[in-house]
Amino acid sequence: MRLSRSAKVILGVVTVLVFLFIYVPLLLVVVNSFNADRTFGWPPRGLTLEWWVRAFDSAGVRGALVSSLWVAAVSTIISLVLGTLLALALLRYKFFGRDVISLLVILPIALPGIVTGIALNNMFTTILGVSLSLWTVVIAHATFCMVTVFNNVIARLRRMSGGLEEASADLGAGVFTTFRLVTFPQLRSALLAGGLLAFALSFDEIIVTTFTIGAGDTTLPIWILQNLFRPNQAPVVNVVAVVLIVVSIVPIWLAQRLSEDSVGIGAARVKAKEG
Amino acid sequence: MAIPTQHPAPGAPRAASAVPRPKANTFSALLHRSPRLRLAGLITAPAGWLVLVYIAALAALLITAFWTVDTFTGKVSTVWTADNLVTVLTDPVYQRITLRTLWIAVAVTVIDLILALPMAFFIAKVASARWQKLLVVAVLMPLWASYLVKAYAWRNVLADGGLLEWLGAPIGLQSPGYGETAVILTLSYIWLPFMILPIYAGFDRVPDSLLEASGDLGAKPLTTVRLVMLPLLVPSIIAGTIFTFSLSLGDYITAQIVGGTTQMLGTVVYANVGAANNLPFAAAVSLVPIAIITLYLFIVRRTGALDSL
Repeated sequence: MRLSRSAKVILGVVTVLVFLFIYVPLLLVVVNSFNADRTFGWPPRGLTLEWWVRAFDSAGVRGALVSSLWVAAVSTIISLVLGTLLALALLRYKFFGRDVISLLVILPIALPGIVTGIALNNMFTTILGVSLSLWTVVIAHATFCMVTVFNNVIARLRRMSGGLEEASADLGAGVFTTFRLVTFPQLRSALLAGGLLAFALSFDEIIVTTFTIGAGDTTLPIWILQNLFRPNQAPVVNVVAVVLIVVSIVPIWLAQRLSEDSVGIGAARVKAKEG
Repeated sequence: MAIPTQHPAPGAPRAASAVPRPKANTFSALLHRSPRLRLAGLITAPAGWLVLVYIAALAALLITAFWTVDTFTGKVSTVWTADNLVTVLTDPVYQRITLRTLWIAVAVTVIDLILALPMAFFIAKVASARWQKLLVVAVLMPLWASYLVKAYAWRNVLADGGLLEWLGAPIGLQSPGYGETAVILTLSYIWLPFMILPIYAGFDRVPDSLLEASGDLGAKPLTTVRLVMLPLLVPSIIAGTIFTFSLSLGDYITAQIVGGTTQMLGTVVYANVGAANNLPFAAAVSLVPIAIITLYLFIVRRTGALDSL
């Protein structure tokens, strides 16, 4: 099949237009965070740093930022431990129920976020009678962040041969020494990539969070949702939105450089289900 | 190495074995001897977490859908009834909301398909290898930006005096304002990369030699696309539609932000968890998208699309 020159040009133009469609709205948020006009009429009449200063001075924003960072960090640590254990177990051992468990681990991302959200909300409030807090958010986030770590670690393990570990055991290293000195160094970049993805996923998660967060707590996405409809907060909302964009894209960029497995279509699927 | 259990002291090799072994009484040695114990150590925590937190929650959700709320105390009472499900399925209000949600999901899927096909084709088959890599990254990056921020970005784009009005003014186009059209536009925007990527991967897998053979045998490009490419692409296209369709079905944030008064299944679920405080009813409503998605997955399973997810 040989495409004519004009067909190629038309396809190219369509591609450029779709890319504009993808990027312009995000750039608009970035530009508006400097827009001097508080109603964000387009085109902007002047630029200002005032909203960034205001966001920085806002105790609400700072508190939400700290909560978001804390939730993302704790969920990442939990999911790093659980995801690695699970990947080692599923790849290195054959046992009864192995297929069921490998299906279980993708379930939190196979079902829409709203289902995960309401299921956990119902579990905490109706069944267990636990009051919602940042800890319930951590439990929810760790459940789906586990998958990103699991995916990264299992992809790395598939490419590693078990020979080095056997050699280590034959040379007299115990189980833990082998893990520390042989397995872990080979997994390190996969763990870092998986951890960064988990962090990014948790940091800007909104759907499951709205169902599992306590009444008095706010993460950055929750703060945006609460202030979205207040006209006098609009400029600061823009700034917070830009922070969310940056904090979610930079780890992804880093993760991609660290490990080819992390930002492929499989990883996109994880993101797809959790927003 | 200063770990005495794993390394014999220098100068004092044990005569019994040529290879130094961990001392038999350590935990590490116990693990070494018993693969089952190693497996148990690995699997207990993650499997326990998944079952106790997630599976239990899903089971409880299913059960709660058959409970009810005491109208006086506002507490969930564990009286078994199918009333919630009956209301969801038979009340015209909820039927309308279900149909509207389905319509929005289908519209979003079709729009994304129309946008993604030419673009994925260009990236996979026209662009040079170097550009191909760059363009794929350019599709992936915004995919990771927050869903909330994207919906918010469209609130700005669609606003009175916003970008869309400014762009549309010369050709007499107006912003649709906040409503159903805005929801469809915004959801199409948010899920577009999830449609582009699997279709791109599908195009990429079609060997060039096949296309050349088709051309050599006299097929015009459009005929080749229709008779050679599309049949090979069906699983990838369906994989893309699974994303756009099922993600749109479960949405409620976008509907809140740009939907005005538009009600979707997700907004009903959210309203019943929060303000209305009727968890059993919310659970019943949430079973509707689960059922639709399961049905859809069941239908498309034969095409092999699930393997290309």
